[in-house]
Amino acid sequence: MELYQLTIHELQEKIKKGEVTATQVTQSVFERIDAVEGKVHSYIRLMKDEALATAAKADEEIKNGNIKPLTGIPIALKDIVCTKGIPTTCGSHILHNFVPPYNATVVEKLRDAGAIFVGKANMDEFAMGSSTETSYFGPTRNPWDLERIPGGSSGGSAAAVAADECIASIGSDTGGSIRQPAALCGIVGLKPTYGRVSRFGLIAFASSLDQIGPFTKDVEDCAIMMNVLAGYDPRESTSVKEDVPDYRQFAGRDIKGWKIGIPKEYFVEGIDPEVNTAIKNAIAVIEQSGGKCVDISLPHTQYCLAVYYIIAPAEACSNLARYDGVKYGFRAADARDLLDMYKKTRMQGFGAEVKRRIMIGTYALSAGYYDAYYKKASQVRALIKKDFEEAFKKCDVIMTPTTPTAAFKIGEKTDDPLQMYLSDIFTISTNLAGIPGISVPCGFTSGGLPVGVQFLAGHFEEGKLIQIASAYEKNANIEKRRPAL
Amino acid sequence: MKISSKEVEYVAHLARLEITEAEQEKFTSQLNDILLYIDKLNELTTEGVEPMSHAISVTNAFREDKVVDSIGTQQTLANAPDARGELFRVPKVID
Repeated sequence: MELYQLTIHELQEKIKKGEVTATQVTQSVFERIDAVEGKVHSYIRLMKDEALATAAKADEEIKNGNIKPLTGIPIALKDIVCTKGIPTTCGSHILHNFVPPYNATVVEKLRDAGAIFVGKANMDEFAMGSSTETSYFGPTRNPWDLERIPGGSSGGSAAAVAADECIASIGSDTGGSIRQPAALCGIVGLKPTYGRVSRFGLIAFASSLDQIGPFTKDVEDCAIMMNVLAGYDPRESTSVKEDVPDYRQFAGRDIKGWKIGIPKEYFVEGIDPEVNTAIKNAIAVIEQSGGKCVDISLPHTQYCLAVYYIIAPAEACSNLARYDGVKYGFRAADARDLLDMYKKTRMQGFGAEVKRRIMIGTYALSAGYYDAYYKKASQVRALIKKDFEEAFKKCDVIMTPTTPTAAFKIGEKTDDPLQMYLSDIFTISTNLAGIPGISVPCGFTSGGLPVGVQFLAGHFEEGKLIQIASAYEKNANIEKRRPAL
Repeated sequence: MKISSKEVEYVAHLARLEITEAEQEKFTSQLNDILLYIDKLNELTTEGVEPMSHAISVTNAFREDKVVDSIGTQQTLANAPDARGELFRVPKVID
């Protein structure tokens, strides 16, 4: 095994025993990047010099016996979290030269926990997409099949972990942007409860849905990352003052006597037969592990996508009004006057998908249409949330496929936005209801593409997700494969 | 048709987006597809349902009215495409 292939907890053991140094781990990861980044394109920017400098300092700390939860661990950041002095582009031309004057709270927390930042990971422009194809900096490729997409919008963060170009990474999830790429890249991805992780310094897409979360190689690492990320932040007014448990204690516990809700609405036409088989096998593993599966219903499931494609663009068109060519980022040249400058800047600065969503959102919020679209969607959103409240009276955790299919081909859905949106059909409801969800690898298709299973729990019950995901991981014995790069 | 080409042009103006004729045509067709799909919500009766704006109940998050560090004018202007002195500079607003 090479160092770059190891997990956080494996590397921490070695660092504690003095078997390896932070510098060796970091060098190993950058050697891997040199070897495969040309094929995968996980990163918009690498931070090699900063990383090696941090590693050297970490080695001093280690000598003094000062080892923190992520000391010496190379981590990638989605290029949507602000890094002081390091360009943060959000995958967009309009922010291609933006250098944040401050750090996101998660960046500070990771840094204070000893993490070494490898680079800024590629993403769909402003996190709008399910394939990482809308990035201004070009697409990321799926490490398992370079002709295919890694999922999105956090595709760079997911591909970097799957290709061993970092040990763990940070993503953000507005409608599935952590769980969907985690599933398609064969790794673990968790979207925490809304309010669990501070959004301060996260470039906003849809503020009532956005949440930051980790990508890791296994469930124990996910717990380690959550221990660092979770918690109240006075700088973020929607972050919640709720105690943060030690998530690591949930890993390894059994799930005897748990009721697992299987929502019938998630096993419908359109789901790939091989994905269906993989999920059915996963359900069998959960039952062998002591869980009892019960049929449940989430009756408004079929309306989630429609609700999402009003709420998210409506919030986005408001959030993205700030990109006006005045305060930061790109400004178009040769404008006649101020209005012309706004219009030209936004025309040249935004890509097609971002413009499309700004258009949908502006239309849905415009005079005469507000009640028909935004208000209606907000009402149906309340019904969707109620579905989950009812369901969690009958079960501890809900279990579903993460995605309807494995990774699709690059270019396959770029001309049909609605088809692209449908790839998030099993992940969107979670964001609308604000509950946490995790995707865990559950096998491969006959073509060798990874498949993910999703677990959902009630608000602030990430511990339950760690517990069932770790029980599943332990008992499923999913064949350990690595992408052939 | 849910939205006409003319309306697309107007919405683009509201959103402060200049769009080409080709984009206008493409957006008209794509927005129609999306809005037709969204129409599915009208199958549901939502009378009396309180619209939901946040997933968890949030109340105003007040803090002490105390001055804390800010990044200052120089850093604030550092990313500006055009600045002069302590000001952002923009093309002329009125003739």
